[in-house]
Amino acid sequence: MEGLLPDLDVIRKDFPILERTLAGGQPLVYLDSANTSQKPQVVIDTMVDHLERHNANIARAMHQLGAESTEAYEGARDKVATFLNARSRNEVIFTKNATEALNLLARTIDLGPGDNVVITEMEHHSNIVSWQLACERSGAELRWFGLTDGGELDLSNADQLVDEHTKVVAFTWVSNMLGTINPVVDLVARARAFGALSVIDASQAAPQLPVDVQAVDCDFLVFTGHKVCGPTGIGVLWGREELLNELPPFHGGGEMIETVTMARSTYAKAPHRFEAGTPPIVEAVGLGAAVDYLGHIGLDAIHRHEQTITAYALDGLQSVPGVTVLGPLDATQRGGAISFELDGVHPHDIAQVLDSRGVAVRAGHHCAKPAHARFGVQSTTRMSSYLYTTPAEIDALIEALHHTRSYFKVG
Amino acid sequence: MSAELDNLYQEIILDHYKNPHHKGLRDPFEAQVHHVNPTCGDEVTLRVHLSDGVVEDVSYDSVGCSISQASASVLTDLVIGKPVDEAMTIHQTFLELMQGKGQVEPDEDVLEDGIAFAGVAKFPARVKCALLSWMAWKDATTQAQATDEGETA
Ligand SMILES: Cc1ncc(COP(=O)(O)O)c(C=O)c1O
Repeated sequence: MEGLLPDLDVIRKDFPILERTLAGGQPLVYLDSANTSQKPQVVIDTMVDHLERHNANIARAMHQLGAESTEAYEGARDKVATFLNARSRNEVIFTKNATEALNLLARTIDLGPGDNVVITEMEHHSNIVSWQLACERSGAELRWFGLTDGGELDLSNADQLVDEHTKVVAFTWVSNMLGTINPVVDLVARARAFGALSVIDASQAAPQLPVDVQAVDCDFLVFTGHKVCGPTGIGVLWGREELLNELPPFHGGGEMIETVTMARSTYAKAPHRFEAGTPPIVEAVGLGAAVDYLGHIGLDAIHRHEQTITAYALDGLQSVPGVTVLGPLDATQRGGAISFELDGVHPHDIAQVLDSRGVAVRAGHHCAKPAHARFGVQSTTRMSSYLYTTPAEIDALIEALHHTRSYFKVG
Repeated sequence: MSAELDNLYQEIILDHYKNPHHKGLRDPFEAQVHHVNPTCGDEVTLRVHLSDGVVEDVSYDSVGCSISQASASVLTDLVIGKPVDEAMTIHQTFLELMQGKGQVEPDEDVLEDGIAFAGVAKFPARVKCALLSWMAWKDATTQAQATDEGETA
Protein backbone atom coordinates (compact mmCIF):
# COMPACT_ATOMS: atom_id res chain seq x y z
CA MET A 1 0.00 0.00 0.00
CA GLU A 2 1.46 3.31 -1.15
CA GLY A 3 2.08 5.85 1.63
CA LEU A 4 2.63 3.53 4.58
CA LEU A 5 5.80 3.94 6.61
CA PRO A 6 8.46 1.90 4.80
CA ASP A 7 9.66 0.02 7.88
CA LEU A 8 6.31 -0.53 9.50
CA ASP A 9 7.21 -3.97 10.85
CA VAL A 10 10.43 -2.57 12.33
CA ILE A 11 8.53 0.34 13.87
CA ARG A 12 6.02 -2.03 15.41
CA LYS A 13 8.89 -3.87 17.09
CA ASP A 14 9.77 -0.59 18.82
CA PHE A 15 6.49 -0.81 20.75
CA PRO A 16 6.66 -3.80 23.10
CA ILE A 17 2.99 -3.60 24.08
CA LEU A 18 1.90 -4.37 20.53
CA GLU A 19 3.14 -7.91 21.02
CA ARG A 20 0.97 -8.74 23.98
CA THR A 21 -2.17 -10.77 23.75
CA LEU A 22 -5.44 -10.21 25.55
CA ALA A 23 -7.92 -12.54 27.23
CA GLY A 24 -8.51 -15.64 25.17
CA GLY A 25 -5.18 -15.23 23.37
CA GLN A 26 -6.51 -12.44 21.15
CA PRO A 27 -3.80 -10.26 19.65
CA LEU A 28 -4.09 -6.58 20.58
CA VAL A 29 -5.48 -4.29 17.88
CA TYR A 30 -4.90 -0.89 19.45
CA LEU A 31 -7.05 1.74 17.76
CA ASP A 32 -7.24 4.23 20.61
CA SER A 33 -4.12 6.31 20.00
CA ALA A 34 -5.97 9.63 19.98
CA ASN A 35 -6.78 8.83 23.59
CA THR A 36 -3.19 7.94 24.42
CA SER A 37 -0.41 6.61 22.23
CA GLN A 38 1.70 3.57 23.02
CA LYS A 39 5.32 4.04 24.09
CA PRO A 40 8.40 2.93 22.16
CA GLN A 41 11.17 1.03 23.92
CA VAL A 42 13.51 4.04 23.65
CA VAL A 43 11.17 6.14 25.80
CA ILE A 44 10.78 3.39 28.36
CA ASP A 45 14.55 2.77 28.45
CA THR A 46 15.41 6.46 28.71
CA MET A 47 13.10 6.86 31.68
CA VAL A 48 14.34 3.72 33.42
CA ASP A 49 17.95 4.76 32.82
CA HIS A 50 17.27 8.17 34.31
CA LEU A 51 15.71 6.66 37.41
CA GLU A 52 18.40 4.00 37.76
CA ARG A 53 21.44 6.17 37.13
CA HIS A 54 20.80 9.91 37.17
CA ASN A 55 17.97 10.57 39.57
CA ALA A 56 18.27 13.78 41.58
CA ASN A 57 16.33 16.98 41.90
CA ILE A 58 17.13 19.61 39.29
CA ALA A 59 18.57 23.09 39.50
CA ARG A 60 19.03 22.95 43.27
CA ALA A 61 21.30 19.96 43.87
CA MET A 62 25.00 20.86 43.99
CA HIS A 63 26.31 17.42 43.16
CA GLN A 64 27.08 15.32 40.12
CA LEU A 65 23.74 13.58 39.98
CA GLY A 66 22.00 16.93 40.29
CA ALA A 67 23.98 18.23 37.35
CA GLU A 68 23.18 15.14 35.27
CA SER A 69 19.51 15.31 36.09
CA THR A 70 19.35 19.03 35.30
CA GLU A 71 21.14 18.43 32.03
CA ALA A 72 18.70 15.68 31.07
CA TYR A 73 15.67 17.83 31.97
CA GLU A 74 16.95 20.91 30.16
CA GLY A 75 18.06 18.71 27.27
CA ALA A 76 14.44 17.60 26.93
CA ARG A 77 13.48 21.26 26.64
CA ASP A 78 15.93 21.64 23.75
CA LYS A 79 14.45 18.60 22.04
CA VAL A 80 10.92 19.97 22.36
CA ALA A 81 12.11 23.35 21.06
CA THR A 82 13.53 21.58 17.99
CA PHE A 83 10.33 19.53 17.59
CA LEU A 84 8.28 22.76 17.45
CA ASN A 85 10.91 24.78 15.58
CA ALA A 86 10.81 27.33 18.41
CA ARG A 87 13.02 30.41 18.18
CA SER A 88 14.31 29.87 21.68
CA ARG A 89 14.37 27.10 24.28
CA ASN A 90 13.00 29.67 26.76
CA GLU A 91 9.69 29.47 24.95
CA VAL A 92 9.10 25.87 26.03
CA ILE A 93 7.34 25.42 29.38
CA PHE A 94 6.74 22.02 30.86
CA THR A 95 3.30 21.49 32.36
CA LYS A 96 1.42 18.45 33.62
CA ASN A 97 -0.55 18.04 30.37
CA ALA A 98 -2.33 20.08 27.70
CA THR A 99 -5.17 20.78 30.10
CA GLU A 100 -2.84 22.46 32.57
CA ALA A 101 -1.18 24.47 29.80
CA LEU A 102 -4.57 25.78 28.63
CA ASN A 103 -5.63 26.59 32.18
CA LEU A 104 -2.35 28.41 32.73
CA LEU A 105 -3.17 30.69 29.81
CA ALA A 106 -6.81 31.13 30.78
CA ARG A 107 -5.69 32.07 34.31
CA THR A 108 -2.91 34.49 33.41
CA ILE A 109 -4.08 36.34 30.28
CA ASP A 110 -5.67 39.57 31.42
CA LEU A 111 -9.39 39.75 30.61
CA GLY A 112 -12.12 42.11 31.74
CA PRO A 113 -15.68 43.24 31.06
CA GLY A 114 -16.10 44.31 27.46
CA ASP A 115 -13.45 41.85 26.25
CA ASN A 116 -14.32 38.66 24.44
CA VAL A 117 -12.74 35.24 23.93
CA VAL A 118 -13.50 33.26 20.78
CA ILE A 119 -13.31 29.45 20.75
CA THR A 120 -14.94 26.81 18.54
CA GLU A 121 -17.69 24.24 18.90
CA MET A 122 -15.27 21.40 18.17
CA GLU A 123 -12.96 21.98 21.15
CA HIS A 124 -11.97 19.39 23.69
CA HIS A 125 -13.53 20.26 27.06
CA SER A 126 -10.15 21.51 28.28
CA ASN A 127 -10.24 24.32 25.71
CA ILE A 128 -13.86 25.16 26.55
CA VAL A 129 -14.20 24.96 30.31
CA SER A 130 -10.94 26.78 31.06
CA TRP A 131 -12.17 29.79 29.02
CA GLN A 132 -15.68 29.56 30.48
CA LEU A 133 -14.10 29.87 33.92
CA ALA A 134 -11.91 32.77 32.79
CA CYS A 135 -14.93 34.58 31.37
CA GLU A 136 -17.02 33.98 34.48
CA ARG A 137 -14.21 35.32 36.62
CA SER A 138 -13.43 38.38 34.52
CA GLY A 139 -16.78 39.35 33.03
CA ALA A 140 -15.47 38.81 29.50
CA GLU A 141 -17.80 37.36 26.88
CA LEU A 142 -17.34 33.86 25.44
CA ARG A 143 -18.04 33.41 21.73
CA TRP A 144 -17.52 30.48 19.42
CA PHE A 145 -17.32 29.41 15.81
CA GLY A 146 -20.05 26.92 14.90
CA LEU A 147 -19.57 23.90 12.65
CA THR A 148 -20.82 23.05 9.18
CA ASP A 149 -22.73 19.84 8.52
CA GLY A 150 -19.52 18.44 7.03
CA GLY A 151 -17.68 18.98 10.31
CA GLU A 152 -15.60 21.99 9.28
CA LEU A 153 -15.44 25.29 11.14
CA ASP A 154 -18.23 27.59 9.97
CA LEU A 155 -16.35 30.79 9.19
CA SER A 156 -19.31 32.57 7.57
CA ASN A 157 -19.80 34.87 10.58
CA ALA A 158 -16.10 35.19 11.41
CA ASP A 159 -16.21 38.94 10.85
CA GLN A 160 -18.82 39.34 13.56
CA LEU A 161 -17.17 36.95 15.99
CA VAL A 162 -13.64 38.28 16.02
CA ASP A 163 -13.61 42.04 16.55
CA GLU A 164 -11.57 44.77 18.18
CA HIS A 165 -12.70 43.60 21.64
CA THR A 166 -11.39 40.07 21.08
CA LYS A 167 -8.51 39.27 23.41
CA VAL A 168 -8.03 35.59 22.68
CA VAL A 169 -8.87 33.26 19.80
CA ALA A 170 -8.34 29.67 20.98
CA PHE A 171 -8.85 26.68 18.70
CA THR A 172 -7.80 23.14 18.07
CA TRP A 173 -5.53 22.34 15.14
CA VAL A 174 -6.97 18.86 14.66
CA SER A 175 -10.29 17.80 16.18
CA ASN A 176 -10.14 14.79 18.48
CA MET A 177 -13.71 13.87 17.56
CA LEU A 178 -14.29 14.90 13.94
CA GLY A 179 -10.71 14.59 12.80
CA THR A 180 -11.03 17.95 11.04
CA ILE A 181 -7.79 19.82 10.32
CA ASN A 182 -8.46 23.52 10.86
CA PRO A 183 -7.02 26.43 8.81
CA VAL A 184 -4.72 27.48 11.63
CA VAL A 185 -2.66 29.99 9.63
CA ASP A 186 -5.81 31.87 8.61
CA LEU A 187 -7.19 31.84 12.13
CA VAL A 188 -3.94 33.15 13.58
CA ALA A 189 -3.90 35.96 10.99
CA ARG A 190 -7.50 36.84 11.77
CA ALA A 191 -6.73 37.06 15.49
CA ARG A 192 -3.64 39.16 14.90
CA ALA A 193 -5.53 41.56 12.64
CA PHE A 194 -7.58 42.55 15.70
CA GLY A 195 -4.71 42.47 18.16
CA ALA A 196 -5.99 39.28 19.78
CA LEU A 197 -3.75 36.49 21.05
CA SER A 198 -3.95 33.16 19.23
CA VAL A 199 -3.89 29.93 21.25
CA ILE A 200 -3.59 26.64 19.38
CA ASP A 201 -4.45 23.31 20.96
CA ALA A 202 -2.06 20.99 19.11
CA SER A 203 -2.82 17.93 21.25
CA GLN A 204 -4.00 15.95 18.22
CA ALA A 205 -1.80 17.71 15.67
CA ALA A 206 1.59 17.25 17.32
CA PRO A 207 1.42 13.43 17.13
CA GLN A 208 0.71 13.28 13.43
CA LEU A 209 1.83 16.30 11.46
CA PRO A 210 4.77 18.70 11.43
CA VAL A 211 4.21 21.54 13.91
CA ASP A 212 6.27 24.62 13.15
CA VAL A 213 5.36 27.50 15.44
CA GLN A 214 7.28 29.99 13.34
CA ALA A 215 5.52 28.98 10.14
CA VAL A 216 2.10 29.09 11.81
CA ASP A 217 3.14 32.32 13.53
CA CYS A 218 0.81 31.81 16.49
CA ASP A 219 1.22 33.32 19.95
CA PHE A 220 0.71 30.23 22.09
CA LEU A 221 0.48 26.50 21.39
CA VAL A 222 -0.03 23.54 23.70
CA PHE A 223 0.24 19.78 23.40
CA THR A 224 0.27 16.81 25.71
CA GLY A 225 3.14 14.34 26.09
CA HIS A 226 1.26 11.08 26.27
CA LYS A 227 -0.21 11.39 22.77
CA VAL A 228 3.21 11.83 21.13
CA CYS A 229 4.63 8.54 22.42
CA GLY A 230 5.75 10.16 25.67
CA PRO A 231 4.63 9.37 29.21
CA THR A 232 1.63 10.79 31.04
CA GLY A 233 2.15 13.63 33.51
CA ILE A 234 3.96 15.94 31.10
CA GLY A 235 2.68 18.53 28.66
CA VAL A 236 4.00 21.60 26.90
CA LEU A 237 3.07 25.22 26.67
CA TRP A 238 4.93 27.05 23.94
CA GLY A 239 4.62 30.83 23.76
CA ARG A 240 6.42 33.80 22.24
CA GLU A 241 9.13 34.70 24.68
CA GLU A 242 8.16 38.35 25.03
CA LEU A 243 4.52 37.41 25.64
CA LEU A 244 5.42 34.80 28.23
CA ASN A 245 7.49 37.31 30.13
CA GLU A 246 4.56 39.72 30.22
CA LEU A 247 2.20 37.19 31.78
CA PRO A 248 1.94 37.09 35.56
CA PRO A 249 3.03 33.86 37.30
CA PHE A 250 0.54 31.00 37.51
CA HIS A 251 1.66 28.98 40.53
CA GLY A 252 3.87 30.38 43.24
CA GLY A 253 6.69 28.34 44.74
CA GLY A 254 10.25 27.22 44.36
CA GLU A 255 12.15 27.68 41.09
CA MET A 256 9.85 30.39 39.72
CA ILE A 257 11.30 33.27 41.71
CA GLU A 258 14.12 35.71 41.35
CA THR A 259 14.11 36.72 44.98
CA VAL A 260 11.71 36.34 47.90
CA THR A 261 11.22 38.47 50.99
CA MET A 262 8.37 38.11 53.47
CA ALA A 263 6.55 41.04 51.90
CA ARG A 264 6.98 40.34 48.20
CA SER A 265 8.84 38.43 45.51
CA THR A 266 10.12 39.02 42.05
CA TYR A 267 9.79 36.37 39.43
CA ALA A 268 12.11 34.51 37.14
CA LYS A 269 11.67 34.83 33.41
CA ALA A 270 10.15 32.13 31.23
CA PRO A 271 10.36 29.19 31.27
CA HIS A 272 11.09 28.93 35.00
CA ARG A 273 8.49 31.58 35.81
CA PHE A 274 5.85 28.98 35.03
CA GLU A 275 7.53 25.90 36.47
CA ALA A 276 6.99 26.28 40.19
CA GLY A 277 8.08 23.40 42.38
CA THR A 278 9.85 20.18 41.45
CA PRO A 279 8.69 19.39 37.92
CA PRO A 280 7.93 15.94 36.47
CA ILE A 281 11.62 15.38 35.70
CA VAL A 282 11.68 11.84 34.41
CA GLU A 283 8.48 12.48 32.44
CA ALA A 284 10.11 15.45 30.72
CA VAL A 285 13.14 13.32 29.93
CA GLY A 286 10.83 10.66 28.50
CA LEU A 287 9.05 13.27 26.39
CA GLY A 288 12.39 14.45 25.04
CA ALA A 289 13.16 10.91 23.92
CA ALA A 290 9.69 10.62 22.39
CA VAL A 291 9.87 13.74 20.24
CA ASP A 292 13.37 12.74 19.19
CA TYR A 293 11.98 9.37 18.12
CA LEU A 294 9.19 10.99 16.09
CA GLY A 295 11.62 13.47 14.57
CA HIS A 296 13.89 10.61 13.56
CA ILE A 297 11.09 8.85 11.68
CA GLY A 298 9.93 12.19 10.31
CA LEU A 299 6.61 13.91 10.86
CA ASP A 300 6.00 14.15 7.11
CA ALA A 301 6.32 10.40 6.77
CA ILE A 302 4.11 9.84 9.83
CA HIS A 303 1.50 12.21 8.40
CA ARG A 304 1.50 10.33 5.09
CA HIS A 305 1.12 7.04 6.96
CA GLU A 306 -1.80 8.37 8.98
CA GLN A 307 -3.56 9.66 5.89
CA THR A 308 -3.07 6.35 4.10
CA ILE A 309 -4.45 4.37 7.02
CA THR A 310 -7.28 6.87 7.49
CA ALA A 311 -8.31 6.63 3.84
CA TYR A 312 -8.27 2.84 4.09
CA ALA A 313 -10.33 2.95 7.29
CA LEU A 314 -12.88 5.37 5.82
CA ASP A 315 -13.35 3.00 2.87
CA GLY A 316 -13.69 0.05 5.18
CA LEU A 317 -16.19 1.77 7.46
CA GLN A 318 -18.33 2.72 4.50
CA SER A 319 -18.57 -0.93 3.55
CA VAL A 320 -20.34 -1.73 6.82
CA PRO A 321 -24.12 -1.28 6.48
CA GLY A 322 -25.53 1.28 8.93
CA VAL A 323 -22.23 3.04 9.63
CA THR A 324 -22.23 6.85 9.54
CA VAL A 325 -18.91 8.67 9.86
CA LEU A 326 -18.92 12.11 11.47
CA GLY A 327 -16.58 14.76 10.11
CA PRO A 328 -14.79 15.10 6.76
CA LEU A 329 -14.85 12.05 4.51
CA ASP A 330 -11.75 13.07 2.58
CA ALA A 331 -8.70 11.58 4.27
CA THR A 332 -6.46 14.39 3.05
CA GLN A 333 -8.58 16.89 5.02
CA ARG A 334 -8.54 15.14 8.35
CA GLY A 335 -6.52 13.51 11.08
CA GLY A 336 -6.48 9.89 12.11
CA ALA A 337 -9.37 9.88 14.60
CA ILE A 338 -12.62 8.66 13.06
CA SER A 339 -15.84 8.84 15.07
CA PHE A 340 -18.80 6.91 13.75
CA GLU A 341 -22.24 5.61 14.55
CA LEU A 342 -23.59 2.15 13.79
CA ASP A 343 -27.36 2.01 13.38
CA GLY A 344 -29.11 0.10 16.13
CA VAL A 345 -26.10 -0.50 18.37
CA HIS A 346 -24.96 1.85 21.11
CA PRO A 347 -21.24 2.82 21.12
CA HIS A 348 -20.74 1.16 24.49
CA ASP A 349 -22.03 -2.09 23.17
CA ILE A 350 -19.93 -1.78 20.02
CA ALA A 351 -16.78 -1.15 22.05
CA GLN A 352 -17.57 -4.12 24.27
CA VAL A 353 -17.98 -6.55 21.38
CA LEU A 354 -14.87 -5.15 19.71
CA ASP A 355 -12.92 -5.56 22.93
CA SER A 356 -13.92 -9.21 23.10
CA ARG A 357 -12.03 -9.54 19.80
CA GLY A 358 -9.01 -7.59 21.01
CA VAL A 359 -9.94 -4.39 19.16
CA ALA A 360 -9.51 -1.39 21.48
CA VAL A 361 -11.51 1.72 20.54
CA ARG A 362 -13.11 4.53 22.51
CA ALA A 363 -16.84 4.93 23.06
CA GLY A 364 -18.53 7.98 24.50
CA HIS A 365 -18.34 11.72 23.95
CA HIS A 366 -14.50 11.88 23.85
CA CYS A 367 -14.54 15.04 26.01
CA ALA A 368 -16.27 16.88 23.16
CA LYS A 369 -19.91 17.00 24.26
CA PRO A 370 -20.76 20.23 22.39
CA ALA A 371 -19.45 18.80 19.11
CA HIS A 372 -21.59 15.70 19.65
CA ALA A 373 -24.61 17.84 20.47
CA ARG A 374 -24.03 19.82 17.26
CA PHE A 375 -24.57 16.63 15.29
CA GLY A 376 -27.46 15.50 17.45
CA VAL A 377 -25.66 12.48 18.82
CA GLN A 378 -25.10 11.59 22.42
CA SER A 379 -22.02 9.47 21.90
CA THR A 380 -19.99 7.81 19.18
CA THR A 381 -17.44 5.08 18.69
CA ARG A 382 -13.99 6.34 17.76
CA MET A 383 -11.14 4.48 16.11
CA SER A 384 -7.80 6.23 16.01
CA SER A 385 -4.64 5.04 14.34
CA TYR A 386 -1.00 5.98 14.70
CA LEU A 387 2.38 5.36 13.14
CA TYR A 388 2.29 1.70 14.19
CA THR A 389 -1.18 0.93 12.77
CA THR A 390 -1.36 -1.59 9.93
CA PRO A 391 -4.02 -2.12 7.25
CA ALA A 392 -4.55 -5.59 8.74
CA GLU A 393 -5.63 -3.95 11.99
CA ILE A 394 -8.21 -1.89 10.10
CA ASP A 395 -9.42 -5.13 8.50
CA ALA A 396 -9.81 -6.59 12.00
CA LEU A 397 -11.89 -3.59 13.04
CA ILE A 398 -14.16 -3.83 10.02
CA GLU A 399 -14.65 -7.54 10.49
CA ALA A 400 -15.42 -6.99 14.17
CA LEU A 401 -18.04 -4.39 13.22
CA HIS A 402 -19.73 -6.89 10.90
CA HIS A 403 -19.68 -9.32 13.78
CA THR A 404 -21.19 -6.67 16.09
CA ARG A 405 -24.11 -6.24 13.72
CA SER A 406 -24.84 -9.90 13.66
CA TYR A 407 -24.37 -10.21 17.43
CA PHE A 408 -27.00 -7.54 18.04
CA LYS A 409 -29.11 -8.88 15.17
CA VAL A 410 -29.36 -5.59 13.31
CA GLY A 411 -29.99 -5.44 9.57
CA MET B 1 -14.07 -14.54 25.21
CA SER B 2 -17.31 -14.94 23.36
CA ALA B 3 -18.70 -16.90 26.30
CA GLU B 4 -17.89 -13.95 28.58
CA LEU B 5 -19.66 -11.69 26.13
CA ASP B 6 -22.74 -13.93 26.08
CA ASN B 7 -22.65 -13.86 29.85
CA LEU B 8 -22.80 -10.06 29.73
CA TYR B 9 -25.41 -9.80 27.02
CA GLN B 10 -27.94 -12.30 28.32
CA GLU B 11 -30.99 -12.85 26.12
CA ILE B 12 -33.14 -11.25 28.84
CA ILE B 13 -31.08 -8.07 28.68
CA LEU B 14 -31.30 -7.86 24.91
CA ASP B 15 -35.08 -8.45 25.08
CA HIS B 16 -35.56 -5.62 27.55
CA TYR B 17 -33.31 -3.43 25.42
CA LYS B 18 -35.36 -4.06 22.28
CA ASN B 19 -38.71 -3.78 24.09
CA PRO B 20 -38.31 -1.66 27.20
CA HIS B 21 -41.13 -1.78 29.75
CA HIS B 22 -42.83 1.32 31.21
CA LYS B 23 -40.76 3.68 29.06
CA GLY B 24 -41.89 7.29 28.57
CA LEU B 25 -42.60 10.08 31.04
CA ARG B 26 -46.01 10.04 32.73
CA ASP B 27 -48.10 12.09 35.14
CA PRO B 28 -48.68 12.26 38.02
CA PHE B 29 -45.34 12.30 39.81
CA GLU B 30 -43.95 13.84 42.98
CA ALA B 31 -40.29 13.91 41.96
CA GLN B 32 -38.32 13.99 38.75
CA VAL B 33 -34.55 13.62 38.51
CA HIS B 34 -32.01 13.69 35.71
CA HIS B 35 -28.93 11.53 36.09
CA VAL B 36 -25.93 11.35 33.78
CA ASN B 37 -23.01 9.00 33.51
CA PRO B 38 -20.30 11.60 32.94
CA THR B 39 -17.80 9.22 31.40
CA CYS B 40 -19.99 8.01 28.56
CA GLY B 41 -22.84 10.51 28.48
CA ASP B 42 -25.68 8.04 29.12
CA GLU B 43 -28.64 9.95 30.53
CA VAL B 44 -31.94 9.20 32.23
CA THR B 45 -34.82 11.44 33.26
CA LEU B 46 -36.94 9.55 35.76
CA ARG B 47 -40.19 10.28 37.60
CA VAL B 48 -41.61 8.61 40.68
CA HIS B 49 -45.21 8.60 41.79
CA LEU B 50 -45.85 7.38 45.33
CA SER B 51 -49.14 6.98 47.10
CA ASP B 52 -49.71 5.71 50.63
CA GLY B 53 -46.20 4.36 50.83
CA VAL B 54 -46.50 2.42 47.60
CA VAL B 55 -44.56 2.96 44.37
CA GLU B 56 -47.51 3.67 42.08
CA ASP B 57 -45.49 4.48 38.98
CA VAL B 58 -41.95 4.92 37.71
CA SER B 59 -41.65 6.50 34.28
CA TYR B 60 -38.50 7.44 32.43
CA ASP B 61 -36.91 8.70 29.28
CA SER B 62 -33.37 7.67 28.60
CA VAL B 63 -30.57 7.39 26.08
CA GLY B 64 -27.79 4.90 26.52
CA CYS B 65 -26.38 1.47 25.89
CA SER B 66 -28.21 -1.84 26.05
CA ILE B 67 -27.17 -2.44 29.65
CA SER B 68 -28.42 0.92 30.94
CA GLN B 69 -31.66 0.70 28.95
CA ALA B 70 -32.46 -2.87 29.97
CA SER B 71 -31.69 -2.14 33.57
CA ALA B 72 -34.19 0.76 33.65
CA SER B 73 -36.81 -1.55 32.19
CA VAL B 74 -36.13 -4.28 34.76
CA LEU B 75 -36.12 -1.72 37.56
CA THR B 76 -39.63 -0.56 36.73
CA ASP B 77 -40.90 -4.15 36.53
CA LEU B 78 -39.50 -4.82 39.98
CA VAL B 79 -40.56 -1.74 41.92
CA ILE B 80 -43.88 -0.59 40.46
CA GLY B 81 -46.69 -1.67 42.78
CA LYS B 82 -44.36 -2.51 45.68
CA PRO B 83 -44.35 -0.77 49.07
CA VAL B 84 -41.47 1.71 49.16
CA ASP B 85 -39.66 -0.25 51.91
CA GLU B 86 -39.73 -3.44 49.89
CA ALA B 87 -38.63 -1.58 46.76
CA MET B 88 -35.70 -0.14 48.69
CA THR B 89 -34.71 -3.65 49.75
CA ILE B 90 -34.79 -4.78 46.13
CA HIS B 91 -32.63 -1.79 45.27
CA GLN B 92 -30.13 -2.80 47.93
CA THR B 93 -30.05 -6.39 46.67
CA PHE B 94 -29.43 -5.24 43.12
CA LEU B 95 -26.71 -2.87 44.29
CA GLU B 96 -24.96 -5.66 46.17
CA LEU B 97 -25.14 -7.90 43.11
CA MET B 98 -23.63 -5.20 40.90
CA GLN B 99 -20.88 -4.33 43.34
CA GLY B 100 -20.08 -7.97 44.04
CA LYS B 101 -17.42 -8.30 41.30
CA GLY B 102 -19.23 -11.39 40.06
CA GLN B 103 -18.91 -13.19 43.42
CA VAL B 104 -22.50 -12.67 44.58
CA GLU B 105 -25.09 -15.36 43.83
CA PRO B 106 -28.19 -13.54 42.57
CA ASP B 107 -31.50 -14.19 44.32
CA GLU B 108 -34.10 -14.86 41.62
CA ASP B 109 -37.00 -14.58 44.06
CA VAL B 110 -36.09 -10.96 44.75
CA LEU B 111 -34.55 -9.86 41.47
CA GLU B 112 -36.50 -11.86 38.87
CA ASP B 113 -35.20 -10.72 35.44
CA GLY B 114 -32.60 -8.69 37.33
CA ILE B 115 -30.50 -11.80 37.81
CA ALA B 116 -29.49 -11.48 34.17
CA PHE B 117 -27.24 -8.63 35.25
CA ALA B 118 -25.02 -10.93 37.30
CA GLY B 119 -22.62 -11.10 34.34
CA VAL B 120 -22.33 -7.31 34.19
CA ALA B 121 -20.72 -7.28 37.63
CA LYS B 122 -17.62 -8.83 36.03
CA PHE B 123 -17.18 -5.82 33.75
CA PRO B 124 -16.29 -2.90 36.04
CA ALA B 125 -16.72 -0.35 33.24
CA ARG B 126 -20.32 -1.44 32.75
CA VAL B 127 -21.50 -1.54 36.36
CA LYS B 128 -22.22 2.19 36.20
CA CYS B 129 -24.39 1.61 33.12
CA ALA B 130 -26.48 -0.92 34.99
CA LEU B 131 -26.82 1.30 38.05
CA LEU B 132 -27.69 4.57 36.32
CA SER B 133 -31.48 4.30 36.49
CA TRP B 134 -31.39 2.56 39.89
CA MET B 135 -29.50 5.46 41.41
CA ALA B 136 -31.88 7.88 39.74
CA TRP B 137 -34.85 5.96 41.14
CA LYS B 138 -33.49 6.02 44.68
CA ASP B 139 -32.79 9.74 44.44
CA ALA B 140 -36.28 10.50 43.08
CA THR B 141 -37.96 8.24 45.62
CA THR B 142 -36.18 9.89 48.53
CA GLN B 143 -37.31 13.28 47.23
CA ALA B 144 -40.86 12.05 46.64
CA GLN B 145 -41.02 10.61 50.15
CA ALA B 146 -40.12 14.00 51.57
CA THR B 147 -43.04 15.50 49.62
CA ASP B 148 -45.31 12.59 50.48
CA GLU B 149 -44.61 12.93 54.19
CA GLY B 150 -44.97 16.69 53.97
CA GLU B 151 -48.46 16.24 52.58
CA THR B 152 -49.71 13.60 54.99
CA ALA B 153 -48.28 15.38 58.00
C1 LIG C 1 -7.73 18.10 21.25
C2 LIG C 1 -7.37 17.79 22.67
N1 LIG C 1 -7.10 18.78 23.52
C3 LIG C 1 -6.74 18.56 24.79
C4 LIG C 1 -6.65 17.29 25.29
C5 LIG C 1 -6.29 17.13 26.74
O1 LIG C 1 -5.15 16.40 26.95
P1 LIG C 1 -4.74 16.06 28.44
O2 LIG C 1 -5.90 15.30 29.02
O3 LIG C 1 -3.53 15.20 28.33
O4 LIG C 1 -4.51 17.33 29.15
C6 LIG C 1 -6.91 16.21 24.45
C7 LIG C 1 -6.82 14.81 24.92
O5 LIG C 1 -7.67 14.19 25.43
C8 LIG C 1 -7.30 16.47 23.12
O6 LIG C 1 -7.60 15.47 22.28
